[in-house]
Amino acid sequence: MNSTTEKLFIKGNEVMCEAAVRAGCGFFAGYPITPQNEVPEYMSWRLPEAGGVFLQAESEIAAINMLFGAAATGTRCMTSSSSPGISLKQEGISYIAGAELPCVIANIQRGGPGLGNIRGAQGDYFQATKGGGHGDYRLIVLAPATCQELWQLTMNAFDYADYYRNPVLILGDGILGQMTEPVKPIPYKPIVELPEKDWILNGCKGRKPRVIRTLFLHPSDALTQHNQHLQEKYQKIHQELKLVEQVNTEDAKLVVTAYGSTARIAKGAIQMARRKGMKVGLIRPIALWPFPDQAYLSALGTAKKILVCEMSQGQMIEDVRLACQCKCPVEFFGYGGGWYPTPEKIFDRIQAVYEE
Amino acid sequence: MKFARPETLYDTPTHYCSGCGHGVAHRLVAQAIDDLGIRERVIGTAPVGCAVLMYDYFNCDIIECSHGRSPAAATGIKRCLPDRIVFTYQGDGDLAAIGTAETIHTANRGENITVIFINNAIYGMTGGQMAPTTMLGQTSTTTPDGRDVKLQGPPIKVCELLSSLDGVTYLERVAVSTPRDVIRAGQAIKKAFQYQIDGKGFSLVEVLSMCPTDWKLTPAKAVDFVNNEMKSVFPPGVYKDAG
Repeated sequence: MNSTTEKLFIKGNEVMCEAAVRAGCGFFAGYPITPQNEVPEYMSWRLPEAGGVFLQAESEIAAINMLFGAAATGTRCMTSSSSPGISLKQEGISYIAGAELPCVIANIQRGGPGLGNIRGAQGDYFQATKGGGHGDYRLIVLAPATCQELWQLTMNAFDYADYYRNPVLILGDGILGQMTEPVKPIPYKPIVELPEKDWILNGCKGRKPRVIRTLFLHPSDALTQHNQHLQEKYQKIHQELKLVEQVNTEDAKLVVTAYGSTARIAKGAIQMARRKGMKVGLIRPIALWPFPDQAYLSALGTAKKILVCEMSQGQMIEDVRLACQCKCPVEFFGYGGGWYPTPEKIFDRIQAVYEE
Repeated sequence: MKFARPETLYDTPTHYCSGCGHGVAHRLVAQAIDDLGIRERVIGTAPVGCAVLMYDYFNCDIIECSHGRSPAAATGIKRCLPDRIVFTYQGDGDLAAIGTAETIHTANRGENITVIFINNAIYGMTGGQMAPTTMLGQTSTTTPDGRDVKLQGPPIKVCELLSSLDGVTYLERVAVSTPRDVIRAGQAIKKAFQYQIDGKGFSLVEVLSMCPTDWKLTPAKAVDFVNNEMKSVFPPGVYKDAG
């Protein structure tokens, strides 16, 4: 199965599972919700086959807390859900971030708010990148645009989680999760040198007992110190992780920016614009946190305008505006509620903004 | 008779109030761990509530969980490390209110863990509000006129509730209000750990415990309250033993 010529024709949700298993994921807990049901279904047979543990939890809350325990043992672990279920996990995610436990969480987004619908959407950007749960914490947020990239980023997610001792969120959407396409299953290889897990709970044989906790009462500045430590880690991540793809930005007068499935569609629109002689480029954040601010500032050498495309009412646009520091107009194209654009629609908007 | 401090407890004063049952319950858990020689294999979970600081007292690995979710976290630990001994230590609000779903499903899966359930019929750490096990007529800061069956329903009886689940192995309700009860409680806790060592599945020991501060009683009167009031609503005994 690991030969370099192997090619899989596989659904996005299953890509994530297979990549996770090959990256050494040993524990998965989840709860059914459309459009990510293939994830627990695939894991239910594949993970035990690979020697891992699969659990269908009684709720999203239980699933994320099972991860809290599994992660504490040093086991690579994962859960997945879709928007409403991710909302339920937020308290647990805050605890996991506070306790600095590594794990991978996938959100295959659907339309919201509330029960919304089951079509792909990008309405959870704020929740993913600005906290979601309580307290000053950050998730590393990865936004794959294709099944091939989903394969790689899932593997990388486990490395980032272990390296930084931080939860990593894979922010996909129903389009990516439900899409079937060929994937070259590149073998797992750690992308960083992984530190020894000298903090895990496995019984105190031969060492002093360890405690994993998020309560810091004494001394009175203990929680401030803990938060300071977390912020220093987040700053380190911010400096080290610059994950962004740039297409035709060198001479672009208009830069389109989008992530995930929308970015993939936008690429088609940009090609249409280039064929018509319009100088249009694309900035595609691959990590949404830390956000690749510098890419926008660099593009402003030539670009006079930015066009943000999202399958939402406009969420990433706030980070784009901050990154551009009010140095150029930032336009928007998008809708909420489980809608996706065609390249032609994006091209129409490009043309209108370009000619304004 | 052993009166030495168990190795599983640190030599340190606790923050518990005078007459509180947690100190005795801690001691019994620690003694059982010592007697079974499993301290270096144990991972415990600390709850949200008065016992949250139990990692300051227990000389073993501890993870502090969010309110009600200890059984889920314990499930994750035990499934990843099946040869370790995993116990949760939970209060009544944690286990029977906010964590009801996790309690029932962890029990029903027959997770091979040990649950120590401290029932003092009140929320201790937050200052004496109604618990799921607060008894009818019992006053609390959120039932100032006493728990009313028409408004709050009757108290939840956890051992009786869980005894209907086929996945459960061992359920016993004990108390720590008299020397005889303490001895019985110690035996039950040890048995619950032994069952886990033997791979027999889910065990829960419910411990009727005193909370003089939030009951607004002296320690001596609090003991009487357990013996005279709580034991009639929550009768001690073995509710299931399929070990």
